[in-house]
Amino acid sequence: MDFVTFMIKATYFVAAFLFIVGLKRMSSPKTARGGIVWAGWGMVLATIVTFFWPGLSFFNIALIVVGIGIGGGLAWWTGKKVAMTDMPQMIALYNGMGGGAAGAIAAVELYRNVDHGLTVTFLAVLGGLIGSVSFSGSLIAFAKLQGWMKKPLRFKAANQVNAGLLLGAIIIGMFLLGNYSTHTTLVTLFFLLALAAGIMLTSPIGGADMPVVISLYNALTGLAVAFEGFVLNNEAMIIAGTVVGAAGTLLTQLMAKAMNRSLGSVLFSAFGDESVDGGGEVEGSLKPIEPSDAGIQMAFSSRVIIIPGYGLAVAQAQHKVWELTQLLQEKGVKVRFAIHPVAGRMPGHMNVLLAEAGVPYDLIYDLDEINADFENTDVVLVIGANDVVNPVARTDPSSPIYGMPILNADKAKNVIVIKRGKGKGFSGIENRLFYLDNTRMLYGDGQAAVAELIQAVKAS
Amino acid sequence: MIDGFIALYIFMLAAFTGYEIIARVPVILHTPLMSGSNFVHGIVLVGAMVALGKADSTLGQVIGFLGVVLAAGNAVGGYVVTERMLEMFKTSRERK
Repeated sequence: MDFVTFMIKATYFVAAFLFIVGLKRMSSPKTARGGIVWAGWGMVLATIVTFFWPGLSFFNIALIVVGIGIGGGLAWWTGKKVAMTDMPQMIALYNGMGGGAAGAIAAVELYRNVDHGLTVTFLAVLGGLIGSVSFSGSLIAFAKLQGWMKKPLRFKAANQVNAGLLLGAIIIGMFLLGNYSTHTTLVTLFFLLALAAGIMLTSPIGGADMPVVISLYNALTGLAVAFEGFVLNNEAMIIAGTVVGAAGTLLTQLMAKAMNRSLGSVLFSAFGDESVDGGGEVEGSLKPIEPSDAGIQMAFSSRVIIIPGYGLAVAQAQHKVWELTQLLQEKGVKVRFAIHPVAGRMPGHMNVLLAEAGVPYDLIYDLDEINADFENTDVVLVIGANDVVNPVARTDPSSPIYGMPILNADKAKNVIVIKRGKGKGFSGIENRLFYLDNTRMLYGDGQAAVAELIQAVKAS
Repeated sequence: MIDGFIALYIFMLAAFTGYEIIARVPVILHTPLMSGSNFVHGIVLVGAMVALGKADSTLGQVIGFLGVVLAAGNAVGGYVVTERMLEMFKTSRERK
């Protein structure tokens, strides 16, 4: 091993260490902010040292610099200016780019007229397949969350078509193992099929399931990067890719479990437009309340829990909610936030929004920590959340969301629901909570409604 | 190519590491952590750099260039959004 190769390998070792420590630190709120900086230094070191890789031509190095400038510049600009509410789709977009890059590496290797041997070709093909599916799939996920694709694309034999596309890509991939170099048309066809599979697999999936899908593609990109790392003999890619692949797989499982959905049902069955009503008639009626009454009720209670949902993100109401919380705290009310694991479009989505508004994270509780406390709570304020507080998940076995863990808002003494209109939640199921005797509906845009509550609390 | 079984061992140990790291993460950090792990697989950039750097045909250069652009987007975008999200994690004490 010559000196340059030694330095490159040694730097990759340091980078892999920094990535793992960085991720570890990111998994605790106290050290999280430093964690990303550690990982960032790993990336900077690995990138700089790669310019010294033996055998790079001068012209190609110039191309690399231009490429990093364009890709990095655009990503820097979009990442800085995107609103906090749009974070999930940006993660999907950047993740798709990583998958595309892994696919591109596979393509360069497969189009090259070199015999890599069976194992390396196999890993290149596998990484190329996974990376390409992750690339096109993530772009579809981005388009859906961005609101560019309103309706899920569904047709009768969708699963068969998807299976056919994937199978076709796999069969051609197996051909490539034997004839790696002579059939450039086959290589092209392989990537086209893989890209189409990603599009077709993701298109039928509804917005409610997108967090799981994005997390899955995040894990898949990690795996693709690891496989291409084996192809290029690049240890930093192997370690970082595998760690992300494993972590992402676990996170995907946790999310699917929290939604009471198996990964299979997310990917292969349409959900949310079969007009099931959760079985049976809903008893009771929707009872509206004036903001002034609701505000007074909150101001004179001793314990309040706020449950935010996607409606909070849409209405950008997080700053107003924090203002309301501070007002109530001044009046001696104990205010806490309860966050369902799948509230919003991603786990932790609500936490990020509340953190943006300045809510300290020690006021924020997750489902297991707070669910027993609802019985002792005077007022629960639900803002733009629906399915995650629907008691049919506990009571009605015929409901599609039966068995999903929910926040037990219905056990509180009073429930105030801020809601835009009388529509149903993402799953299309009527919410029994809204019809209970102790529930009052406060109709209106989340931000405007909370502003009125603030006025009412100030006046009381 | 790294020796086959050593490669398998590396793969296995790295997979366990990834699993263990995330096993104890609180829900409030799920989105930032997903974003952070998304940043980490931006290391694909170094692979794309090597693939483009060694490309000896126009086709290879075009695909390699595309790979570098995409990978740089993954790395830089992943860092920027993760950093922005984590910047906001403060306790009530730190705010005063």
